[in-house]
Order: sequence, then structure tokens, then C-alpha cells
Amino acid sequence: MKSGGNLEAVLVAGHFAVTGELGPPRGSNVDAVRKKAAPLKGMVDAVNITDNQTAVVRMSSWATSLICIQEGLEPNYQMVCRDRNRLAMQADILGASALGIRNMLALSGDHQSFGDHPKCKGVFDIDSIQLINMVKTMRDESKFLSGEAIDGPPRLFIGAAANPFGEPFEFRVHRLAKKVAAGADFIQTQCIYNMEKFGRFIDMANDMGLTQKVHILAGITPLKSLPMAKYMATSVPGMDVPEALIKRIEGVDKKKRADEGIKIACEQIQELREMKGVAGIHLMAIEWEHKVPEIVERAGLLPRPKVAPPPPQPPAGEA
Amino acid sequence: MIVGHLKDLSAIAASVRGHKKILALGCGGCVTVCRSGGAAEAEDLTREISHPRHHAGIPPVLTTATIERQCERDIVRDFLKLPEGTDAILSLACGAGVQIVADVFDPLPVIPALSTTFLGGADEPGVWREKCRGCGDCLLTRTGGICPIALCAKSLLHGPCGGSRGGHCEVGGDTECAWAKIYARLERQGRLDLLEQPVAVRDWRCAGGAGPREHRRTGVELRFGKT
Repeated sequence: MKSGGNLEAVLVAGHFAVTGELGPPRGSNVDAVRKKAAPLKGMVDAVNITDNQTAVVRMSSWATSLICIQEGLEPNYQMVCRDRNRLAMQADILGASALGIRNMLALSGDHQSFGDHPKCKGVFDIDSIQLINMVKTMRDESKFLSGEAIDGPPRLFIGAAANPFGEPFEFRVHRLAKKVAAGADFIQTQCIYNMEKFGRFIDMANDMGLTQKVHILAGITPLKSLPMAKYMATSVPGMDVPEALIKRIEGVDKKKRADEGIKIACEQIQELREMKGVAGIHLMAIEWEHKVPEIVERAGLLPRPKVAPPPPQPPAGEA
Repeated sequence: MIVGHLKDLSAIAASVRGHKKILALGCGGCVTVCRSGGAAEAEDLTREISHPRHHAGIPPVLTTATIERQCERDIVRDFLKLPEGTDAILSLACGAGVQIVADVFDPLPVIPALSTTFLGGADEPGVWREKCRGCGDCLLTRTGGICPIALCAKSLLHGPCGGSRGGHCEVGGDTECAWAKIYARLERQGRLDLLEQPVAVRDWRCAGGAGPREHRRTGVELRFGKT
């Protein structure tokens, strides 16, 4: 095992994995994290802890990850290239691993112009594909980016993102291939609403042999309301919400729209479970964490598998 | 070329406050071509800043001159003669020109009238756009002659991020996605294979990360032969 974490164990054992998402608070309020974490316990195999998402300052991802570990949740520590250079990244990677974080998601990061500090300097010292490769080299070769030796390499299961709906569409699977070649162990996709287009993307990934090399978790975000559906369709970069889906939400009584959103998500999950090359889902119930138990229950994803963690391996370089 | 734009007149007027005799100095180089700091603009600025509406008290007296290039110490030293009594220079050059003039006439105050913005080109009459960030390690060979360092908002090196839609960047407005353009051009060139290659982590020292950069003329003997 590369990390000794639960998510890796679940995926390697061939279970259909479920990951969740938790956005840290805009302050040092520990109870706010605990409140969001509570409903996710036992419902997901790991939970993504976002890193200054949409370029808005929040409690750091690694600190929130540690609180989640205390609460009995396995975190997937997110790191964006926007906010730190290669020194800060490597330092945080070592610290995260040292304190028991076992998964990491490497991202470029939303552009700073979207956030609460649009005047800031975006770092972008290295890009997400270079970050993936840097973590892999640290873990598997026990070397810093500089080539110097690491005393105690990090043990992390390396994640990356893929957006099948970005453009040019034909290039998306090749960008995925680059992330796999760089060392990604698992992929979490952008929220999927256009299932037909996602199917074409996965077909291409299957044809290129990528799904044999990497675990792909399909992104699901239930639509809570009509305004949310419209916002996702028009205002979120890289999102593809078909008109028919908006019409479907619009077609039901206002009070039942949230339920209809969950129903749609469950139908998607059933379809994804049948899809060759899909290893699980990444459930992003944005500011709706308390609904996760209901969603995974209705989608038939409970109970979550209990996979015995494998004995820890000696770090690379030791006999 | 180096592109700059004229600062707000109120800001320029505030920056010359307290000076009585000012030389407005145009530059015959890049800023003449991009119509922001040449002889004509220096004349216009002289007329504007001399006007009492910009000043609470007595307006300063401005004279105007333009030299071939403010960014060459030899030219500035040998050809620029200051009018008697000049107590400040208002330079319409780029930041490089302002600094050379300030060095040559040290300790005379040299005040910038422009903000230097970017290395760009004229895409259409009257419109200049950023093209190059002077990063010191040109990668245009593999990106179809379109620079992702200057033109991608995240300076990505491995293709468009998930925010690329309809050829536009996620930062919005009319911003084009540099990687969408790169992809389209490489496709036309039959060179999409270039995008398969991983790009090594960059050495930002040559982009200025190790302090100010220097260029020295080399190869003189090769070009002219030994004398």
C-alpha cells in the first residue's frame, strides 16, 4: 500500500468508493468543522477538505483535516498551486503526512480574481501536473523536487481532478492521461450533469487504458433548488448543466425541488455504478453536508465497506 | 515593444506639485509607437499640466523636449540639454527610460508620467495587447507561437484548466483562453503530439526570481572577425 489509508484500501479491494466534501469555515471555529463532519461519519470513505475554495480565505485545509481525523473521518487534503510556492508545498506535504493525513488532492486552484482578495498575487510556481509528480517523487523516491534526500518520505494516496466538460473536449482525456503519467492514484471529476458527455469521456479513458491505471470517482452535486441549478448552468466555470435537467427541477412543486435534486443524484449514481471504468463517486453536497446520510442511503451505498488497514510498510530506502 | 499608458492627469499634477520649472520629456522609442509617450504626447501633456485648473496656486512652467531613446545612457547624456533652472523632469518614457534619465541627472527629481504595462504588440490599429512576460526561457517552440506564461491567467504549462469554455478563460470578460488557441493552432499544424510531453518544473531565476537580470553583448568576434 502506498498510503495505508482507508480510501486506498477501499479502492484496491474493488469496492465502489464514496468520497464527500467539507468546506472549512471562515474563521477558527472548530465547532463549525465538527458540526459539518458529524453527519459524514460512516457515510463516506474519505472527505475532501477544500483549500481556500473559490479563492476565498478559510481555515487551512491541513488544520481542518486534522480536526476531521479527531472526529473519526479520513480527510482528503486538498492543495492548490495558486497560494504557495514549491517550498511551502513540500513543507506542508511533509507536515500533513507526519500528522496522519493519508490522501492528497493536487489542484491548480480557481483564479484569484474570483475570491475575496482579487488584488493578490497568484503564485502558480508549479502547475497541478507538476505538483502530482512532485508528491509522487517525494513518496516513491524519497526525494525533494531539488533531488535531495528526504528523511522519512510522506505516505499519501495522490488524487487529481479532471473536468470532462472543459474545452477542448477532445483534449480532456489526454490531460487526464498526463495526470496519470505524472503519478495520480485517483481522480475526482467535476460535477456531472451531462451524463451522455461523461459517458463519452469515460469510453475514451477506457479505450486509452487509463481506467486500468487510475481510480476514477465521478463527481456528483445534488441540485438543491432552481436558482442553484441556474447558477451552476451559467456562473460556474467548466460546468455543463443540460436544459432538460433545469426543466425537470422547474417542473415540480417548489417545496419538492430539493427532493427532486436528490432523486436525480440517485439516478445518476445508479447509472455510474453500471459504467465501466467508474470506481466510485465524489459526492459534493455543497453546504448540504447534513443531507449526505439521506443521499447515500437512498442511493443504496450503505453500509460503507470496512476494509482492514494493511500493516504499515517501511518507508522507501529502508530494508 | 514596451507598452505604457498615461497616468491620470490629476495624479501627474499632484506628483509635480512644488516644482516651478519642469521639462516634459518624450521618448522616441516604444512609447512613441504605442502613442503614449512620444513628442506629440509630450506636447499635449505640457499644455494640460500647465493649465491652472490642475493647480491650487501658480502653475509650473513646462517646456518640452523629446529624445531618440531615454533608455540609453549615452544618448541621454550627450544629447539632452536641460533648460536653465529646470527643477524636475516629467518623463513620458517607460520605467527603464525614467530610471536612466534619473541616473544621468542625479539628484534632479525625475517623475514618471506613464505607468509601464507590458511587452506587447499591435493586434489592430490602436490596440496593443500583452504578448510576452520576458520570462527568460522561451517556450514558444512547443506552444505554437502562443505564450501560456503571458496569456494564461494561471501561467499553466500542461493545457487548458477546467475553466476553458468556448475559447474563453474562466476569469471572464473577453479574455481568450491561451491554451484553447494553442490547441487549435497545434491541431492545424498537425503537432498535437507536442502537448503529450510533460513540461519540467520551471527555473524562475531567469524570469527575475534571482534578482535583476543583465544582458551582455556576446559573439562580437564571431560576427565581425578578429581585428
